Amino acid sequence: MWELIEKNKRKSLLVLFFMFILMTALSGAIGLSIEPNYGLYWGAAFGILLWAVQSLVAYFLGDDIVLHFNMAVVVTPESSPQLYNIVEEMKIAAGLAVMPEIYIVQSQGMNAFATGIRPNKTAICVTSGLVENLNRDELQGVIAHEMSHILNRDVLFMTFAGVMLGTITMLSNALLKGTIFANSDRRSRRKRGIGGGHPAIILILLLLAIFAPILARIFYFTISKKREYLADATAARLTRYPIGLASALEKIAKQSSVDFVSKITAPMFIVNPHFAGGDEDSIFAASTHPPIYKRIAILTQLQHGGTVSLGNYQKIYEKEVEKSQLLSNAVLKADSGEKIRQQSVEETAQKPAAKAVEDIILANSGFKILTCECGLKIKLPPSSMQTKIKCPRCKRELSAESGKLDTASAGSETELVFKRMSLTAWESFPCQCGKFTFQLSPLFRGTYVVCKRCGTKVKIEYPG
Amino acid sequence: MTFLVIFLVVVVILALSFFALYNKLVGLRNIVLNSWSQIDVQLKRRFDLIPNLVETAKGYMKHENETFVKVTEARAAAMSAINKGNVREVGAAAANLDASLAKMLMTFENYPELKANQNFMSLQEELSSTENKIAFARQAYNDSVMSYNNAVEMFPTNIIASMCSFKQSDFFEIEKKEEKEAPKVTF
Repeated sequence: MWELIEKNKRKSLLVLFFMFILMTALSGAIGLSIEPNYGLYWGAAFGILLWAVQSLVAYFLGDDIVLHFNMAVVVTPESSPQLYNIVEEMKIAAGLAVMPEIYIVQSQGMNAFATGIRPNKTAICVTSGLVENLNRDELQGVIAHEMSHILNRDVLFMTFAGVMLGTITMLSNALLKGTIFANSDRRSRRKRGIGGGHPAIILILLLLAIFAPILARIFYFTISKKREYLADATAARLTRYPIGLASALEKIAKQSSVDFVSKITAPMFIVNPHFAGGDEDSIFAASTHPPIYKRIAILTQLQHGGTVSLGNYQKIYEKEVEKSQLLSNAVLKADSGEKIRQQSVEETAQKPAAKAVEDIILANSGFKILTCECGLKIKLPPSSMQTKIKCPRCKRELSAESGKLDTASAGSETELVFKRMSLTAWESFPCQCGKFTFQLSPLFRGTYVVCKRCGTKVKIEYPG
Repeated sequence: MTFLVIFLVVVVILALSFFALYNKLVGLRNIVLNSWSQIDVQLKRRFDLIPNLVETAKGYMKHENETFVKVTEARAAAMSAINKGNVREVGAAAANLDASLAKMLMTFENYPELKANQNFMSLQEELSSTENKIAFARQAYNDSVMSYNNAVEMFPTNIIASMCSFKQSDFFEIEKKEEKEAPKVTF
């Protein structure tokens, strides 16, 4: 089944081909602007050569550059047994012949990426923040997503596309400067001016210089987003536990920003490290990743369907995102699907318990613990003399005595209801205003949430 | 003359497609064998872990001898099954081992001192990860069996499969009782 996916790249190849044409046209135009007779061919050849040289450098040195510049530390079975085990589990599930190397980068941001242009030398790199904050199932989901990038040969593909995008941007900058320069200086250097200085040709060149990078970027992000969905689908299939990845995405969305990332490597991360935050739709053109809440919505529905298969993911994808084939029918047919597996037994109850203990200690030392309607716990020190407390999250005023809502601020009727499906995973849903995404942690037990952008109140209901 | 040329061309095409299909079958069968060896490795890894776990636990729990004996027996049975190499027998023995292991892990719950032991904790992570690996290896193996069996059954590879006696492989199933029955809650 996995062998088939690799062949399933015709559409992406087509897009890559368009980018190639664009690049050749651009460099040809530059050639033409320098030498009207044979410049077109020389320019085109030069552009292709430039791209080829850069691609070769990326092919042979790419992984090493990324890893060595970031002071990544190698993980061995002894230094971090759980992480190593999880990667090995996913390697077995994916049927890869060679175990990827594992690296940890010291960073509080939560993110992960895969490198490995050549199949026999791949690596998965995670941040220390990721390992500290995710539980086993969530970490497994993230690793599976990265493993899918390796399995689907996305790294190779996105590197070539990324280098091409870089070349196009570079060429269009050169062309833009060249046109403006030649234009302002036309009288003295008439013979070397663009196309002999004909206004129509100058206009065409200018348009090409302006629109080529934009077009290339759109092409590039189209491929990149599809590959993210595909990696999610593959990860869900490998782990047989989509909610693990969904819950990890929820956590990562809050703090995915990592400072060591170049633009070319951004698509290899699990969540785009440059544009972290809830509302990604607004900057769609600059985003390499699909909006996180959509990815989570698909994975959650897949979990509740009971059977994980690529076909089921495709169905939900069509419903949630767009009517387009992520995978060819041959691949979808080859996958009969598997039952959702059970949650790993591990420390599930430990973290809430630790918090509860903390609360008990605080209460014993005279702290007053108020629970706001939005679910936030406010801890008042015994020395506090205030009678009203403003909740730092929802800005409602509470009485310091009872913790009840201050009557003045309790306002509009609520109509919106969100039903939680799971109490062990993170969940999120978009607000009706479309500008904000609510995120509920597994520990959240409040009755209401309030949108930070439009102030809409949403009631939260719990299963059972 | 032309007849001879046409005849030769047809023969060459037939021979070439025979080689291609034969090689495809061999390739698929090798993937099956390779993924079986993955399961094999992980099952054996589990056999190695069990005595260590039992030794560590024995120091803390004196009255659970029966549980240990059952696990040790199940382990021995599974080991002999795997040495025979029959996929179905291994599946049954592994299920048996799973059940007795699960029982042993349950009894560990009553010994908080044991659970705090550093050595025990790392052994338990190894054991649960090995169990995951077995499950994932099974997944990969069954996927490969599926595509191999399809090739053996479907036209045109089925002709060559029957000529050169390529036989269908068995799927690896571990029957788990808990997954079929709803869990019973007792207080």
